[in-house]
Amino acid sequence: MDYATLLQLLDSTLRFATPLLLACLAGLYSERAGIFDIGLEGKMLMAAMASASVAFLTGSVWIGLMAGIGAALVFAALHGIASITFRGNQLISGVALNFLASGISVLTAQRLFGQGGRTPALTDGARMHEITLPFADTLRGVPLIGPLYADVISGHSILVYVALLLVPASWWLLYRTRFGLRLRAVGENPASVDTAGVSVTGLRFAAVAITGVLCGLAGAYMATALQAGFGREMTAGRGYIALAALIFAKWRPVAALWACLLFGFFQAIALRPDVVESILTFKVPVPALDALPYALTVIVLAGFIGKAIPPRAGGEPYVKER
Amino acid sequence: MDRLPRWADVALVPLVSLALAAIISALVILSIGENPGEALSVMVDGALGSPYGWGYTLYYTTSFIFTGLAVTIAFHAGLFNIGGEGQSQLGGLGVALVLLSVPWPHWSVALLAASLGAAAFGAAWAAIPAWLQARRGSHIVITTIMFNYIAASLLVYMLVDVLRPAGQMDSATARFGEAVRLPTFDQIPGLNLIFDKGMPANITFFIALAAAWGVWALLWRTRLGYEIRTFGKSEAAARYAGINPTRIIMIAMLLSGALAGLMSVNNVMGEAERLVMNSAEGAGFIGIAVALMGRNHPIGVVLAAILFGFLYQGGAELGLWTKIPIELRIVVQGLVILFTGALNYMVEMLLVRIFALFRTKGAA
Repeated sequence: MDYATLLQLLDSTLRFATPLLLACLAGLYSERAGIFDIGLEGKMLMAAMASASVAFLTGSVWIGLMAGIGAALVFAALHGIASITFRGNQLISGVALNFLASGISVLTAQRLFGQGGRTPALTDGARMHEITLPFADTLRGVPLIGPLYADVISGHSILVYVALLLVPASWWLLYRTRFGLRLRAVGENPASVDTAGVSVTGLRFAAVAITGVLCGLAGAYMATALQAGFGREMTAGRGYIALAALIFAKWRPVAALWACLLFGFFQAIALRPDVVESILTFKVPVPALDALPYALTVIVLAGFIGKAIPPRAGGEPYVKER
Repeated sequence: MDRLPRWADVALVPLVSLALAAIISALVILSIGENPGEALSVMVDGALGSPYGWGYTLYYTTSFIFTGLAVTIAFHAGLFNIGGEGQSQLGGLGVALVLLSVPWPHWSVALLAASLGAAAFGAAWAAIPAWLQARRGSHIVITTIMFNYIAASLLVYMLVDVLRPAGQMDSATARFGEAVRLPTFDQIPGLNLIFDKGMPANITFFIALAAAWGVWALLWRTRLGYEIRTFGKSEAAARYAGINPTRIIMIAMLLSGALAGLMSVNNVMGEAERLVMNSAEGAGFIGIAVALMGRNHPIGVVLAAILFGFLYQGGAELGLWTKIPIELRIVVQGLVILFTGALNYMVEMLLVRIFALFRTKGAA
């Protein structure tokens, strides 16, 4: 494998890792607050549909982005109402909302555009454009680092950089602010937060709302940057891979970045079986590469690579008085 | 909070949940500019209006009974098995391997062997998540989701690179052949008086009913069933009573996986007559809705499976005859799961209020 191929692989790695990272951080907030969310997939799908539809109708990707966030927030609110207000089973609620999103997104797109549940292809201002970072072209000539900067780090849509910046921002929010301390506490021991006079319900709804916003970004990135429009089931299990990455990262923001980059790398090499074959000198079936993130997650869950311990109060509704 | 009378808890709660799901579905149909009344009549007509429609409805019902029972038996052990989809697909692989490896002389022997193959492969796929839950404490919901995806990849590999006959374009196994074709309803003496045209509903339907009876007998009439239910209600109590958690988790999940796998006898052997890509077509997930709707009781599961059979066949007719996309089925499925599984307290609270209203009126 030559350097150019490596750069190409790293470039696609970053592209594929971005929606995973956004969804993974989304799940991080919810689960750290004690609300399990296996509905990341559905929220991404709704956001992808809404952002692509509105971007096409208005011609502005930014209004589309807002619509995507709005759609994901609606589904986040439903999950919050079911699992916080009515103390329902969080896992079942997530499953239900995923099905709901899968159906509603196609129904809406079909109603709006009549193209078999797709949106028309987005062009110009309705798509998110790639940004060339400063000096990318001048530095290209520098050996090794120049092409790395120009081809891998530069030339992505704004959401890629937003996702990367969200990693330190989330770390700071969770570990260095009062809100973050309370949010983590509500996922470990909600009774203690309640005793301190802070609303468990309020904190959990806030966390679920953050989850909605981030899933909205993830879905909008899928439909307006990674691809040019929405197609049925276009998230193709990325919400679940993000969940896997979250467990792989043991519910920590910086580790989430590495996990998502790793899983993004797997997606990138799954598209280049020729490269894999040239390195390993034997043929690896593409499905085996596809299954790698899931298999790794199972191994992590089994506790063979460190132990993944979820937030203690995760999945349990909080009952104030008995 | 007051308790509901038992009959209301058993019958009214699922019915109210269903009614809420139906109302919202009707609003969804209205919002896409179609007529809900017309949609319902197309569905009833297409799914229940003719023996042909019933033939399809009962074919879907058969699959959903198996996957619903699979979720039910795991639920009773306190385990949420989302892996029915993967276990069904592996069951299909079991059916295909059994049927393709030996030239079976008659469908009856083949049915027995294929059922064993389907159950064994489904159970094997559930065994790893079960063991990880029992011995390593890995959350079974997450591991079974992961195993669904691993199963999908495995099947792509098997169908594209291993089992596909040379020269065939589409990713599927060879056909199983005439000898192992299962009798459909129009070929079964007695039933053929009603069902005359060729249809997918086949003899597996009766195996599904037998399985429902078997699950009932196991859970409520045997010591093992008692142990499973005890474990599901309270792990601490079960431990104190000397019940071995690992044994219960393993047995419950193996049975669950076997039931999910058995579904493939219906669709792979009975209908497609070869193994194709994505053979389970989401039936493994519908099992969740069926089990919740059926209140985790085999009788309820059979009734809910008929309801979902109607929904699936009716939904397909909608896709054919109206402008309503077939995906409406998934919306209804999601709504049913939401109301019966996650918003069940809301429905119960609602009913408790209504009952209290009547009680105060009666007292005054």
